[in-house]
Amino acid sequence: MTTTAAPPAPATPPVTDATVRKVPRRKRLVPYWLLLPGILWLVVFFALPMVYQASTSVQTGSLEEGFKVTWHFQTYWDALQEYYPHFVRSLLYAGTATVLCLLLGYPLAYLIAFKAGRWRNLLLVLVIAPFFTSFLIRTLAWKTILADDGAVVGALDTLRVLDVTSWLGWTADDRVLATPMAVVCGLTYNFLPFMILPLYTSLERIDGRLHEAAGDLYAKPATTFRKVTVPLSMPGIVSGTLLTFIPASGDYVNAELLGSTDTKMVGSVIQSQFLRVLDYPTAAALSFILMAVVLVVVTVYIRRSGTEDLV
Amino acid sequence: MRWIRRNVVVVAGLLTLAYMILPNLVVMVFSFNKPKGRFNYEWQTFSLDAWKDPCGVADLCGSLTLSFQIAVWATIGATVLGTMIAFALVRYRFRARGAINSLIFLPMAMPEVVMAASLLTLFLNMGAELGFWTVLIAHIMFCLSFVVTAVKARVMSMDPKLEEAARDLYAGPVQTFVRVTLPIAAPGIAAGALLAFALSFDDFIITNFNAGSSVTFPMFVWGSAQRGTPVQINVIGTAMFAIAVLMVIGGQLVGSRRKKAATP
Repeated sequence: MTTTAAPPAPATPPVTDATVRKVPRRKRLVPYWLLLPGILWLVVFFALPMVYQASTSVQTGSLEEGFKVTWHFQTYWDALQEYYPHFVRSLLYAGTATVLCLLLGYPLAYLIAFKAGRWRNLLLVLVIAPFFTSFLIRTLAWKTILADDGAVVGALDTLRVLDVTSWLGWTADDRVLATPMAVVCGLTYNFLPFMILPLYTSLERIDGRLHEAAGDLYAKPATTFRKVTVPLSMPGIVSGTLLTFIPASGDYVNAELLGSTDTKMVGSVIQSQFLRVLDYPTAAALSFILMAVVLVVVTVYIRRSGTEDLV
Repeated sequence: MRWIRRNVVVVAGLLTLAYMILPNLVVMVFSFNKPKGRFNYEWQTFSLDAWKDPCGVADLCGSLTLSFQIAVWATIGATVLGTMIAFALVRYRFRARGAINSLIFLPMAMPEVVMAASLLTLFLNMGAELGFWTVLIAHIMFCLSFVVTAVKARVMSMDPKLEEAARDLYAGPVQTFVRVTLPIAAPGIAAGALLAFALSFDDFIITNFNAGSSVTFPMFVWGSAQRGTPVQINVIGTAMFAIAVLMVIGGQLVGSRRKKAATP
């Protein structure tokens, strides 16, 4: 009982500035005790692994003889030279999917926020509902939907869309599966909810009277949308695009399930180097490059869009 | 033409919704399929075989149980640790706040494959045996940040006057916390826990790196995409979907009934 921090309580505690300000020591430590376990977890299992990975990326050796740190930065250069197509592809596919998510997601988020009325909750449930089935099963379903002799490919073929897309290099040989288009379609599909939910949250906060005001001031609906709705939904657009782009750039599930060897993304390479080839330095270097690229893209994007209060 | 122009948002929105729902419908329909080969991608004939015997495929239900166990423990771990952090962040001042905020934000801004690979490097260096525990550790790690975000939002919007009132009414610190603070924060904590469960249950990339020879349900599905997809996968996907939707609808009904009872 020697370290009791509670001040002796007189019958009527005199409330002065001094007693309010003098926080007992045990109380001062409360936030640190609250933070300790969780932060320790993140330090040991998130930050420390990054250090280990950094060290692995500059090691040389083999599985049998073990790996040693030799500051072999050449690995980065070699990895980039060999796998830069995969990096370019990853950024391209993820970027395209992000734009598509925004274009497809915005109308739906807008519909739910402003036009749904009493259907709002139902529509929100329908947006989240697909999550309840494992995303791998749903991604496999696209194999059925985009099957070579299926209705979708048939319709696209009849409408001559496939001629255009294969001229652009998105599809090949009158099929959609195993082409970039299938991968981007899968990525877009998988990350759409991550775009729609932030968009919806920021659209929902917009005061409907602002739209009326714009209308009263003779703004056409298109102008109102461009000058009022879009700027006010900027936070949603920024967090939605980030929540889509970041996971999409590292994803390899869609590329492996819906694509071919020509559509492999960098995630596939990291995975196979790590789990099959067991070339740990190259895998670590690739993963570091991916991290750096994503962080740079994200930082520049946040700076340019002018919303830094996300972090 | 006029009608289309006026309703362009509605039409576009509903088309997007159709795009999002279509795969679920395919999964559902194909759970009644009787495929010819090993893969369940082409419609053959209607059959209830898979529904009658959902565990009929080797290892399927075992992987489901493992996923469930991991998700439950990961949810508990991440929710407890995350709630503590959220309270500390909102309620107290302390040093290194910026660093701690970035440490919480970074896992959400990192491609999953990067975290997966680096965590595996750590485990390999430490000589840890890959399996249930390494997956659980990984899941708690990546769920933590999401729980913090969800709980923080709720705690921030709480009125501190309610707790002051409780103290004025002679409630001790523990009593105040259990009877006032916790019930008000509960929706945020529940949202965080739900998110953690969903993220953990459905995680593939991080799990695939760190599971060793253990097989979770997503890993089973991944493997079956190479070996042959049993119809039972669709059955389980459909059943999970149906249960979750029923739970949401039930929750809504209870919520609206309570609201009605509260406003006579």
